[in-house]
Amino acid sequence: MAEGKKYVTPKLDELEKGPWPSFVKEIKAAAQKSPMAAALLGQLEQSYDEKIGHWKHGGIVGVVGYGGGVIGRYSDLGDKYPEVAHFHTIRINQPAGWFYTTEALRGLCDIWEEHGSGLTNMHGSTGDIIFLGTTTDQLEKVFSKLTALGFDLGGSGSDVRTPSCCNGMARCEWACYDTMKVCYNLTMAFQDEIHRPAFPYKFKMKMAGCPNDCVAAIARADLSIIGTWKDEIQQDDEMIKKFADEGLDIQRQIVSRCPTRCMDWDGKKLTINNENCVKCMFCINSMPRALAPGKERGAMVLLGAKAPIVQGAQLSSVLIPFIDLEDEESWNDLKQLLENIWEVWCEEGKNRERVGEFALRVGFGNFLEAIGLEPRPEMVAYPRDNPYVFYQTAKKE
Amino acid sequence: MERRTDIGPPHYTKFLPPVIQKNYGKWKYHEGVRPGVMVHVAESGDKLYTIRAASPRLLSVQKIRQYCDLADKYCDGYLRFTSRNNVEFLTTKEENIEPLIAELEAMGHPVGGVGRAISNIVHTQGWIHCHSAATDASGIVKSVMDDLIDYFTGKKEVPGKLRIALACCLNMCGAVHCSDIAILGIHRRPPKVMPNLAQMCEIPNVVAACPTAAIRPAKVDGKDTVEIIEEQCMYCANCFSVCPALPMADAELDGVSIWVGGKVSNARSQPMFSKLAVPYLPNNPPRWPEVGQTVRKIVEIWVEHAEPDERLGEMIQRMGWPRFFRLAGIQFSKEHIDDYRYAALSLKRTAQVHQA
Repeated sequence: MAEGKKYVTPKLDELEKGPWPSFVKEIKAAAQKSPMAAALLGQLEQSYDEKIGHWKHGGIVGVVGYGGGVIGRYSDLGDKYPEVAHFHTIRINQPAGWFYTTEALRGLCDIWEEHGSGLTNMHGSTGDIIFLGTTTDQLEKVFSKLTALGFDLGGSGSDVRTPSCCNGMARCEWACYDTMKVCYNLTMAFQDEIHRPAFPYKFKMKMAGCPNDCVAAIARADLSIIGTWKDEIQQDDEMIKKFADEGLDIQRQIVSRCPTRCMDWDGKKLTINNENCVKCMFCINSMPRALAPGKERGAMVLLGAKAPIVQGAQLSSVLIPFIDLEDEESWNDLKQLLENIWEVWCEEGKNRERVGEFALRVGFGNFLEAIGLEPRPEMVAYPRDNPYVFYQTAKKE
Repeated sequence: MERRTDIGPPHYTKFLPPVIQKNYGKWKYHEGVRPGVMVHVAESGDKLYTIRAASPRLLSVQKIRQYCDLADKYCDGYLRFTSRNNVEFLTTKEENIEPLIAELEAMGHPVGGVGRAISNIVHTQGWIHCHSAATDASGIVKSVMDDLIDYFTGKKEVPGKLRIALACCLNMCGAVHCSDIAILGIHRRPPKVMPNLAQMCEIPNVVAACPTAAIRPAKVDGKDTVEIIEEQCMYCANCFSVCPALPMADAELDGVSIWVGGKVSNARSQPMFSKLAVPYLPNNPPRWPEVGQTVRKIVEIWVEHAEPDERLGEMIQRMGWPRFFRLAGIQFSKEHIDDYRYAALSLKRTAQVHQA
């Protein structure tokens, strides 16, 4: 493609200065080859002048047979910047853990240089590779080349959004289960649900290998799978002593700051009362090599996190306190649980009602009953303190 | 060629360096080597060095190819990206670290963000690509990180982790509601009702979209439309999401709010939402200096007062909100007091009160 029209962009030029890498330089680099990227600079400078955005609501565009994966985007200044009058986004399902070979990345770059603006996000908020800006006529071409390269579209709209995970066992000693395997297997098991929106609203899934939750599963995913363990923290007394010898004040920095005060330090030996440990990771983070998660590892499954729209932000809350996820049976249990959740939510959920809001609206106890889970004390911070109880006996009479 | 669908992503094992394939699930520990560099040591004794570099997230294919050239030269053709949009180069060769860092820095991509540091700002599309943005994302991120660069590179030490996130509207594509510092684009006036609303939108859907029941059906000049009960509107823009005929954006009134003290990690304290610190700062492109100054001030308070590995929210809980507001020089106002669903839970329901 030829070089695009050059726009005068004094405000954006200011953002080429300074030590942090500049997104303006990236757009300008793409504009060397893409008239779309050049026009984007023009429109963005106008937004900087006017302090307002110039994109319209998404339209329905996509590839044949898919309902998600492409977000239609149109400029409200299409006459002035015709190259970005249509400027659609393509979401591409990232490989689990965001690992790449240079061969795969170059393949993606070649496709996008030929068929789009040459601008990407590595990555979008949900985890996808984002191709930023193309026209409707290019979508099938991009899709065909992507699948030839072994890639597929991600989710968008009211569907299962592209699952994402931390790098887990690939590069972390704290991974309590194989996040990348679970992420990949769930992604493959639910291809139809990812590509063809049929839900009341979006449904996100994230897998974090330990309670440090590097992918923010508990804040951002309707289904959050967070690694944990059942048995005792593994401790290496030699290494603990080494930390003390090197100046770590174990009493002050570790023991007295443990949230459940489950440990004692007599100046020589650390004693952990594991019955009181809530597996928060604080001591383990603070003394790598000396402490490690236990050996009986697995995950906790939580439900319902979301940003404020519509009824207010929520964190996920516990559904299954511990699941192994290594054996076939627990894997099938997880898939069955998801099917049950979706069935109830699709039947009863309102338009644009996330599953976490739905569960609170119908009552979490009722929700559990509907999806076939027994209530457990691990699911609540504390039992109800309000006496307006819908007693089951009264209903049956 | 046969059209392939529903093939899913490539299997991740194709993209893992041999040292990871060999030691998958068998890592023993990791530790910092220098700012921006860590080493993972496997039970086998194998070592994997990770060099983490800043990225603007918005990347041209030209830049990705440059990353690839570096990964071919120093990392046998493997690299990855992080959940905070940094790029990571993975190598078993310790001698590759120095020259790789030199090339990255020459390219304008500083190395840092590992361990006790301020990492990249998770952010959204803003005016580059979103219809509902109340502010730009990339411009603020660039300006704030230019200012905080020494905390990223390790030139200045920090007590622990501090996570900054930016969302350009309340839809919050970034996880800003649980960040140590959240920068949030906001609208501050009710939607305008366009005359052609009924042609573009289903009125019952529009009415149902409002969480405070501020929208009701109406007739104007005999035509079906809606009216907004303006005093009930809290500018969430959910109605605009379902109906383009209710635009919210306003060049003069839109802007940015600052929220503090959230976290997602379970370490020590439980995950927490971010709380309102500054209700409104103006959109002031290209560098949003008011936002930068506010963020820097909060960071400096944390650097000065936090205990080792204490998150901002934990620090504020320890010192109390009155003292935080005094130290930050922020006027506490009516906007700081919640008046939505769980408002009562946020009131101080004890005689135990911190001194300012």
